[in-house]
Amino acid sequence: MTDVMDSEAVPETSRADWQSDQEVRWCPGCGDYSILTALQLLLPDLGVRREKTVFISGIGCAARFPYYMNTYGMHSIHGRAPAIATGLALARPDLDIWVVGGDGDMLSIGGNHLIHALRRNTNINILLFNNQIYGLTKGQFSPTSEAGKITKSSPVGLISEPFNPISVALGAEASFVARSHDMDRKHLQEVFSRAHAHPGASFVEVYQNCNVFNDGAFAEITKKDSRDDMLINLIHGEPIQFGSERQFGVVQTADGVEIANVNEVGIESLLVHDETRSNPSTAFALSRLAKGPTEPTPVGVFRAAVREEYASAMSGQVMGVAEERGKGQLKDLLHSLPTWEV
Amino acid sequence: MTDLEEDSKIDAVDRVIIRFAGDSGDGMQLTGDRFTTASAIHGNDLATFPDYPAEIRAPAGSLAGVSAFQVQISDHDIMTPGDAPEVMVAMNPAALKSDLHLLTPGGTLIVNRDTFEERNLAKAGYDYNPLEEGEDLEGYRIISVPMTSLTKEACKDLGVKPRDAERSKNFFALGLVSWMYSRPTEPTFEWIDERFAGKEQIISANKAAFSAGHVYGESAELGDQRVVVKAAPLASGTYTNINGNTALSWGLIAASQLSDLPIFLGTYPITPASDILHELAKHKAFGVTTFQAEDEIAAVGAALGASYGGHLGITTTSGPGVALKSETMGLAISLELPLVVVNIQRGGPSTGLPTKTEAADLLMAMYGRHGESPLPIVAAQTPSECFFAAIEACRIAITHRTPVMLLSDGYLANGSEPWLLPDVDALEPINVEYATEFNHIGEDGEADYWPYLRDEKLVRSMAIPGTPDLMHRIGGIEKEDGSGNISYDPANHSRMVEIRAERIKRIDVPDVEVVGDPDAEVLIVGWGSTWGSITSALGRVRSSGHKVAHVHLTHLNPFPKNLEEVLKGRSHILVPEMNTGQLSLMLRAEYLVDAKPISKVAGQPFTAGELEQTILTYVEEKSTS
Repeated sequence: MTDVMDSEAVPETSRADWQSDQEVRWCPGCGDYSILTALQLLLPDLGVRREKTVFISGIGCAARFPYYMNTYGMHSIHGRAPAIATGLALARPDLDIWVVGGDGDMLSIGGNHLIHALRRNTNINILLFNNQIYGLTKGQFSPTSEAGKITKSSPVGLISEPFNPISVALGAEASFVARSHDMDRKHLQEVFSRAHAHPGASFVEVYQNCNVFNDGAFAEITKKDSRDDMLINLIHGEPIQFGSERQFGVVQTADGVEIANVNEVGIESLLVHDETRSNPSTAFALSRLAKGPTEPTPVGVFRAAVREEYASAMSGQVMGVAEERGKGQLKDLLHSLPTWEV
Repeated sequence: MTDLEEDSKIDAVDRVIIRFAGDSGDGMQLTGDRFTTASAIHGNDLATFPDYPAEIRAPAGSLAGVSAFQVQISDHDIMTPGDAPEVMVAMNPAALKSDLHLLTPGGTLIVNRDTFEERNLAKAGYDYNPLEEGEDLEGYRIISVPMTSLTKEACKDLGVKPRDAERSKNFFALGLVSWMYSRPTEPTFEWIDERFAGKEQIISANKAAFSAGHVYGESAELGDQRVVVKAAPLASGTYTNINGNTALSWGLIAASQLSDLPIFLGTYPITPASDILHELAKHKAFGVTTFQAEDEIAAVGAALGASYGGHLGITTTSGPGVALKSETMGLAISLELPLVVVNIQRGGPSTGLPTKTEAADLLMAMYGRHGESPLPIVAAQTPSECFFAAIEACRIAITHRTPVMLLSDGYLANGSEPWLLPDVDALEPINVEYATEFNHIGEDGEADYWPYLRDEKLVRSMAIPGTPDLMHRIGGIEKEDGSGNISYDPANHSRMVEIRAERIKRIDVPDVEVVGDPDAEVLIVGWGSTWGSITSALGRVRSSGHKVAHVHLTHLNPFPKNLEEVLKGRSHILVPEMNTGQLSLMLRAEYLVDAKPISKVAGQPFTAGELEQTILTYVEEKSTS
């Protein structure tokens, strides 16, 4: 079936072809709308088939995503989407699999599945919509909420420190790690397109505004008029430079990276971004540049390194053994231990 | 072999129970396993019971570290590894201390005398040497052998270090017992060559130790101890000796072949289920994918993901793992996707008794999920029957699009028996049908696809990803019957709950067969691994003149259609089970009958003797009352 299909040209599609007949039910003004639109507009350009595309999600506002895509989809249970997607990807390497979830889903209840999916490097695209709050349960702190935050479940202020999702992903040996935000469709599409093309597990953190329970969490850095000074766009092979006048840059220091004034240090001392470094230390240092979305924050692809993809390695083993020993025969199996005749 | 059997000086016995007991590091499981294989090849019927601690290496010589392997061999059909051993090998004082009470009065005790020195005696809690003082060994026939030093002596010219030579002492014990029971030596030598290929010193040491044990039997004038157990008149055909976990693994592979669906096993290591992972991992030539996940939840999640993609999704675990998987099983019930959950039960709650057997997860299988979430339950009854139980569980999962719980337990998993190999060509194919076309006309008159349209068995339509035009979304939120769209409608939810119950009830399961005295007033209802003990016990109860009937359930949900008729009208229904009465509770709830539990929750299977006693006492009391 698949061979015949793939030999035919992928039919032309438009955004409407990727929209399901289900009414989108996020709160008016939610950042999720712009991410959904960005992806529905992008998919016709990726040369993929709707029937070969699967969206798998856990639980949370973001996890409603599959219902709105005219593809195959599964809205599963809280935190487990990366595990379910891994099984599907191993069984069906011919599919294009996207995992969508929020910060609570993927970094709290599903944290274990996320890190192991990234470590294994199975070919799935993981989109984490980070709004730094629990939305669907109406406003409790999440594992990415900033310390001191007042929420329904932390009325006197949140005591614990947040996860930095990019640092977590890099620490979990992720081969593709990127960040974007819901205020810039073009940037989202560039990053999604790169994630899709990456052979292995791709991790994309999307800063997503929850206008009901955590409005403006990223406003300081994503607002159009402050973006130039607050977002550091990482471009492979280029010095890391930002600011309305390109007046700032990132330089390497003894224990990481820091922001410097280009006029003071000279453009030649700026760190040249290299996504492909096999050692993730520099990418990790970049992920620590901003303590939160109130300081100049890198966006774009932090890391895109080549590493063996798990599903193809696994099927390689299965097929390799079958080739070496011949296809298994049940009768031979039953006679494989010592036997005797009566 | 034939010469020995015909040798008139050698007594023939119809059966014998032998127990090998030693330290965890003494290789008792291997010794028992080798003796079993030699006996199987000799043609005996047999049943085994490995009984070992959870610790991999408890402190050497301690009571906690005692590992034992019991085997019954016979010249006739047997169902259990026997109650009390007649021969026991005790490799150290701790083994003697912990297992001596099991030995039948007048039984033969073979001890490794070398280990009965101060330090080992103290570790076992002896402040004297029972081989020399005290009354512990009175009434037994003692064969006290310096196995360690004789093994070292046998190996001394082989260039093997004394420490390494000492490790071969289990082969000395095996050689001695093999001589006593006239077992052929060649299969063991061949096995040593194969198992230790490339390690010439170990091969020569093990063979030397084995031969030394054999020669010891001959030369130490143990002639009066020598007996033979003749081959059993089993049905003709090809046999292999198989344990439950291997049979279960092979059954899963058979189901994969019968359905032409590749196996995807998502699993996480847990005793006593891990051997299924080990076995399946060896069989990639059958297209088997084994995925060792990060945890139990990911294991079942990945299996469900693979099922969704059109593979045979299986997860294997034991009770604590089932607890973690229950939310995903609920999802599978809601999604109506095939999934096989294999539970090799062990003692609980919590970590409980990881290496000991129990069958106390029946109610968990039945009710252990939130909401109204029924699923079918299949239980295996003997090690070799695990093969067919696995095929049955897969058949139901695939053809009815439902998660199925397959129950085995530690006793079946590790116990073995001869298995008359089935004709694989006679196994029934499993029919798989996926949707490839639209199945509904929408309000706009256009054809579309509804994933929750059902057939007469209420099985829903299933289109796997990759199928052109049939794109659709499914999820754990309540769905509208038919379209599968999210629905919070009260009447729809009520209807879906009914459908999920009814579709399990509509699964065809074979009728139960009443064995024993079909019209007896006393009916024994069993399930799972108690089959052997119940069958043996009832044989004895019936030969003492009482009438009893027996049914053994392999399908616990739904129950066989004729079960109600079998139960009704019985004056007495007894339910032996390795829990505190879970099946009896289900029978009472379902059929309003006075099913009385016979419980054992000791981490050990029922012995035929104790069941016989319990049932006899009951039968005799009721006949006098």
